Amino acid sequence: MTTATVGKKRASRLNFTNLFRWVVGSVAVVVIFYGSIKSVASGRLSWAQWRDLMVFGVAQGSVYALIAMGYTMVYGVLRFINFAHGEVFMSGAMIGYFVADALNRAGIWNEQPVVSLLIVLLVSMTTATSIAVILERVAYRPLRGAPRLIPLITSIGASFTLQYLFRGLFGAGTKAYPPMAAIQGKWIIFGIPILKSQVIVIGSAIVVMAGLYLFVEKTKTGRSMRAVAEDPETAALMGINVDGTIVKVFAVGGAMAGVAGALWTLVFPTVNFFSGFLPGIKAFTAAVLGGIGNIFGAMLGGVSLGMFESVGPSLVLGGYEVPAFNQLKDVVAFSALVLVLIFRPTGILGERLAQERG
Amino acid sequence: MTTNHEPILELRNVSTHYGPIQVLRNVDVELYQGEIICLLGGNASGKTTTLKTILGYVVPSDGEVRLDGEKVSGLSTKELVVRGISMVPENRRLFKRMTVRENLNMGSYLRTDKDGIAEDLEGVFKLFPRAKERLNQRAGTLSGGEQQMVAVGRALMARPKVLLMDEPSMGLAPILVAQNFEIIQQINEAGVTVFMVEQNANMALSIADRGYVLQTGQIVLSDTAEGLLANPAMKKAYLGELD
Ligand SMILES: Nc1ncnc2c1ncn2[C@@H]1O[C@H](COP(=O)(O)OP(=O)(O)OP(=O)(O)O)[C@@H](O)[C@H]1O
Ligand SMILES: [Mg+2]
Repeated sequence: MTTATVGKKRASRLNFTNLFRWVVGSVAVVVIFYGSIKSVASGRLSWAQWRDLMVFGVAQGSVYALIAMGYTMVYGVLRFINFAHGEVFMSGAMIGYFVADALNRAGIWNEQPVVSLLIVLLVSMTTATSIAVILERVAYRPLRGAPRLIPLITSIGASFTLQYLFRGLFGAGTKAYPPMAAIQGKWIIFGIPILKSQVIVIGSAIVVMAGLYLFVEKTKTGRSMRAVAEDPETAALMGINVDGTIVKVFAVGGAMAGVAGALWTLVFPTVNFFSGFLPGIKAFTAAVLGGIGNIFGAMLGGVSLGMFESVGPSLVLGGYEVPAFNQLKDVVAFSALVLVLIFRPTGILGERLAQERG
Repeated sequence: MTTNHEPILELRNVSTHYGPIQVLRNVDVELYQGEIICLLGGNASGKTTTLKTILGYVVPSDGEVRLDGEKVSGLSTKELVVRGISMVPENRRLFKRMTVRENLNMGSYLRTDKDGIAEDLEGVFKLFPRAKERLNQRAGTLSGGEQQMVAVGRALMARPKVLLMDEPSMGLAPILVAQNFEIIQQINEAGVTVFMVEQNANMALSIADRGYVLQTGQIVLSDTAEGLLANPAMKKAYLGELD
């Protein structure tokens, strides 16, 4: 083939891609805009209801963001998606349940709500961190240096293994966290009444993510993680223990998933062996949305995704009188992902990581 | 020459494999305290592999690396950096998303002597005033020459006894190449033994004490710098076009 025809082909494909983007983009903008106007104008929801949907979206989105940290940080150092990370999250929520149940039966749960929640949080974090570290050691470390597809497939296997391990150990039934009186009702924050559970979720997520940010940016260990993410060979030549750093990344990601597990149950107080699947996929979506490998991106992606799926169905689909639009939040979430990837394949804040590191 | 002393760094009969492929064959190299030694050789002859073997990044399949008369092959890179070997990698390899300051800190990553680190940082600033001006700039946005300075500074922050340099003048403008070799001499005068890989054989040999020539993983020639510069075989193979 001559260079001229190659050039021609490339040019025409590029035009087609651009045309495709342009068409999809215009259609999406029109559909979203028209639907939003119609549903707002219909007055089906009051301003307060819209506001509650948004707050709920932020709460759920901050949990996604916490889980997304694990995906994005592990991707940063190993360039693969740990699909078992949803199960790491589930393990925290699951073991947390047994502790909550025990505390409840001992009468501590409602007597000492703050202490109880802190204990559940600690247990959830410890469990998730341990599972993440064991996973790295058993499933991923032996595959270091193998083609990237191999650990990816392994992680899917690990995901099933953990699900059915938990099912085998604790049964298939759904376990309900004991209700806690102290977190029922609302607090008035800046004049807005917000569910207490949501305030706790959003507040804790902000504190934990700020802590993570400082850890990664300001501490020596954080710096070594960034060094390994950017250039593992050079990091090793500086004397950094690359394997040790990777374990720490899994540990931090696991701890974040543990926090997420504990917080999730404040909003959705049930857990079973399959509970990690959907939040895991959503958090992965959030990480990709924000730009995989980028911690800020994962935060942004998580909160955006939470908002999209909370507000989106009523706002966009409601405008078209789509039946049962409230049950279509997953459709909205994944459509948002598809749209972002069409227009910005690297995600909102993504750099071309894969190209930077061969 | 100080041949009656023990070498500070020595490769004895070192062979290195990548999987089944042998890259180094029975390499013998000796560095004495205070020397500048140059390792010459064509592309893919195994120069970078020699340096990586010294730093423990790859483990020799045969022979041994000795530091201060003690066998160190088999130790981790971390251990070797702590014992006083550091490296300016090929193509500088700065952490581009980190600031200059963070890059320099990576060099002293394994050290705990705060005062010593601060002192060495001042030393680096004295050598490279430019680095000080650009401390908070992202390394990826530095010019090639500036990146070279930071890469050398980063290696010095480990306070090495032996400094390994992999093609330090690669990709630099001629004026910067000359400056670069001056800096290497200054570092050496401060007591650091330098082992540098170079393609720029003429310039390198002009500051080196001795040199080795590597060909498909074997040392085929080793002599004083003057000897190598005068060697007809060398002239033809490595110095020819530059004369
Ligand atoms: N990680 C590796 N795995 C397999 N083979 C390798 C690896 N690294 C280097 N090699 C091979 O070893 C040989 C020597 O490589 P090395 O990088 O040491 O050469 P070099 O002399 O530094 O070359 P250059 O002048 O191009 O930098 C080459 O044939 C190279 O392909
Ligand atoms: Mg090389």
